[in-house]
Amino acid sequence: MASLRDIKNKITGVKKTKQITKAMNMVASAKLRGAQNRIERFRPYADKFYDILVDLASRVEPGVHPLLAKREVVETIGIVLVTSDKGLCGSFNANLCNAALRLAKQKEAEGKTVKFICIGKKGRDFIRKTSYEIVAQFPEHMNSFDFQLASEAGNLVIEGYLSGLFDEVHIVYGKFVSIVKQEPMAAQILPAQTESAEAVNGPKSEYIFEPSVEGLLAELLPRYVKVQVYRGLLDTSASEHAARMTAMDNATKNCDEMVGSLTLAFNKARQASITTQLMDIVGGAEALKG
Amino acid sequence: MAKTITLEVVTPDRKVLAEEVEYVGAPGINGEFGVLPNHIPFLSALGIGSLYYKKDGKKRYVFVAGGFAEVSPTKVTVLAEVAERAEEIDLERARRAQERAEQRMRQQQEKVDHARVQAALARAMYRMKTRQQAASEGGI
Repeated sequence: MASLRDIKNKITGVKKTKQITKAMNMVASAKLRGAQNRIERFRPYADKFYDILVDLASRVEPGVHPLLAKREVVETIGIVLVTSDKGLCGSFNANLCNAALRLAKQKEAEGKTVKFICIGKKGRDFIRKTSYEIVAQFPEHMNSFDFQLASEAGNLVIEGYLSGLFDEVHIVYGKFVSIVKQEPMAAQILPAQTESAEAVNGPKSEYIFEPSVEGLLAELLPRYVKVQVYRGLLDTSASEHAARMTAMDNATKNCDEMVGSLTLAFNKARQASITTQLMDIVGGAEALKG
Repeated sequence: MAKTITLEVVTPDRKVLAEEVEYVGAPGINGEFGVLPNHIPFLSALGIGSLYYKKDGKKRYVFVAGGFAEVSPTKVTVLAEVAERAEEIDLERARRAQERAEQRMRQQQEKVDHARVQAALARAMYRMKTRQQAASEGGI
């Protein structure tokens, strides 16, 4: 059995760890609130944007703009993987990486080459260990980012797509469902998917367009790519904080449990040592009586 | 017949404004256009510049860049990458941005991305112009 002092040291150590996990939990929950606000402010923009784009796209043939047209031969798939920079958030990053890997394997099985664009350090580190090529990476950005980052990554995607580096681009990110639920999500960015439009094609109001529909699409489509990347960023960041909150909450609980069981062990050891000491005294006294 | 039209300006980061207004003037990519209530449905890309609206007879200005406007008979929705109300514009910052851009233009180095510098310059100048317009009409 461990000595009394060993156990005592261990208890102090666990208590200190608990302080840290508790602090991290609170930091994560504060950051989560910020991230959640950002998503909520962004959604109206994204939704409206999508509505308009779908409406426009339903008026023209897909061939009218290269970002809209499906390619007949698809050889290279680009995957934008959005993860966090920091760990200590449970299985969040691992789930994302696995989802991306699954998608990559599936595409590979169809005989396509897969290349990655990694936003966030964890995903990059993971993909580095695989055989897939990383075309571009944006580590150390998740802590504070704005539309600029989405813009940069989006431009990269668009250039890559237009130059034929990619024939199809997907994004994998952590969708923020609720504080207790985040799930990896894969969506196709390019060619832009606007098929769902057909179903809601009902009576359309006649618009005047300025410039032409084609001109507007040329303006909107690149921006749409960025909007999707931005959405991925915002969702991942909120999910990350939520995941960290849960992980740290669990860690704090585990610390409590450990302190409990260690205290029990400590008391048992203390009692045992008192008992042995008493036995010694009694034994000694008996011997003296002789 | 309605006398007002709803104006909504939204950016990726926030909703800049949502108000009932009497008139909207916007910097369309092919020139400025005006919108009154019961305008026919209309969709236009916007350039960089100042958008203004009239409310209670007063003109108010908003700086917009990189956006487009959707007009329906009862509502004008402006989706822009950047939008700032005139009173929010930081004049000092815009002035510095203008100086920086002009300096870069003069340097004329190979690595300077001219399109980008020009866009930055335009943004800075229109920001200041928007603010001045608003100030000269006592809107702030």
